[in-house]
Amino acid sequence: MDKRKYYQPEIETMPVEQIKKLQSEKLVKQVEHVYKDVPYYRDLMDKKGVKPEDIHGIEDLHKLPFIEKSDLRETYPYGMLAVPLEDCVRIQSTSGTTGRRVIAYYTQKDIDLWEDCCARALIAAGADKEDVVQVSYGYGLFTGGPGLNGGSHKVGCLTLPMSSGNTERQIQFMTDLKATVLCCTPSYAAYLGESLTEMGYTPDTIPLKAGIFGAEPWTASMRKSIEETLGIKAYDIYGLTEISGPGVSFECSEQGGMHVNEDHFIAEIINPETGEPLPDGQKGELVFTCLDKEAFPLLRYRTRDICVLNRTPCSCGRTHVRMSKPMGRSDDMMIIRGVNVFPSQIETVLLNEGFSPNYQIKLGRVNNNDTFDVYVELPPEQFDDSVKNIAEKEKSLKDALRSMLGIGPAVHLVAPKTIARSEGKAVRIIDERKLHD
Amino acid sequence: MGIKQVSVFVENKKGSLHEITDLLAKANVDLRSMCIADTSDYGIVRMIADDAERAQKVLCDAGHTANIRTVTAFAVPDEPGGLAKALNLLESNGVNIEYLYALITTATDKAYTVMRSDDTEKAESVLLKSGIELLDEAHI
Repeated sequence: MDKRKYYQPEIETMPVEQIKKLQSEKLVKQVEHVYKDVPYYRDLMDKKGVKPEDIHGIEDLHKLPFIEKSDLRETYPYGMLAVPLEDCVRIQSTSGTTGRRVIAYYTQKDIDLWEDCCARALIAAGADKEDVVQVSYGYGLFTGGPGLNGGSHKVGCLTLPMSSGNTERQIQFMTDLKATVLCCTPSYAAYLGESLTEMGYTPDTIPLKAGIFGAEPWTASMRKSIEETLGIKAYDIYGLTEISGPGVSFECSEQGGMHVNEDHFIAEIINPETGEPLPDGQKGELVFTCLDKEAFPLLRYRTRDICVLNRTPCSCGRTHVRMSKPMGRSDDMMIIRGVNVFPSQIETVLLNEGFSPNYQIKLGRVNNNDTFDVYVELPPEQFDDSVKNIAEKEKSLKDALRSMLGIGPAVHLVAPKTIARSEGKAVRIIDERKLHD
Repeated sequence: MGIKQVSVFVENKKGSLHEITDLLAKANVDLRSMCIADTSDYGIVRMIADDAERAQKVLCDAGHTANIRTVTAFAVPDEPGGLAKALNLLESNGVNIEYLYALITTATDKAYTVMRSDDTEKAESVLLKSGIELLDEAHI
């Protein structure tokens, strides 16, 4: 049987005018739904002086208020829920900020829609029923594992739900069961590649032929290195828990940007300072509007990712708009080893542990893995002339950071007043990873 | 009993120690002993000085983190086994030593030792009972 070129051809290759019409119809209904069922939205819209009847189609999208991460924190845990809780079947969650995580709710239809998006990404990467898909993204609250797992089921692939870690077992299953498609973070793909090479495997003896890698920034040179080591074609995938999870957009064989699943999501680019929509082709902040989601339908959600949209036709035949790989952030969020980290989280821990909030974060890259170092000033009242006592404080701080962030930095205590103060522009983050080309 | 020890936190980088000794020299502080405990990132410099308060003030004024602690100091006969006997006593009485270092002395027949233990009171009474001489500020 010939391989499928698209998972849902009628949608993925729908003429642009028809997509716009579909989006307009869905938007009008979605706005009515949230205005009626989510008091928080109703208040936001009332404050902005917008009524559902003002929204006739996507040309009126700009009239709607933005939703930001702070709105999600404020409405935690149920304030953004748009259906009765009894209609929800699952939650997923982000890696969390200052103690309050974002919880996204899903109805069964929401999960189906999300898994369809992942199935489209898998077919676009050349997968089909006869493939064996190794999902080495984390499973659990993180959307990576569950999303690709569901998409792989929909395509009909044999799915290996490996989750992340335990590299030895990953390699055993990959080689014994002849996995052909690998889904994980790019840094883990690079690590698996190095481990396979050390064990004597070559691109010819590694069964993989494609990989779908996302959840963290990666460069063209990293893509090339992963492709050469594993003997595969590497595809990018993009998504965020707030909007659904991986598969909001995905790369096709042309690899000239990621197709946004426009039947489900409207992508906009705005000026991050003024909030004004920018024309296609201009660089700005990416904003998403969910058209079909029932439980957690965010409208005009500001991703803080800086991107460009490209509406020129793609030779793969898909008509959906392509977004560039994010080129940076319009806030101070860092993605470290696939986990979202905000400086404010680190400040909270430092204050809780009795340290001054004077710190510096250094991010680097060794063997395609992030290094994460936090330099903290030792306040006089924490000083002790016993190394053991200081080491205990250092360890307790390290444990608290790990528990807050989900990943553990190396902690270095430095002398007081050696880290630049905040009067001048304090350099809190030194990122030497060169993640953007 | 005991003597005052000044401790200062220094980062493990070039010139840190020199800066400390330089500051003390300019303030005319006389050092009787110094001991450094180091890790890969930082070190703790412990000093016995002729004027602990002045030493601490000079260091703190220059932006360093420095504190003063009273540590146990004792004199043992300057002969083989002199220190071993004292440590044996402490161990058999359940006193754990955090750190220990030698102190310069002008006496020729005595070796002076500075020590921090997990139970100062007990350590001092054990040593005294065995006839080991404890030192105080007057000896410095």
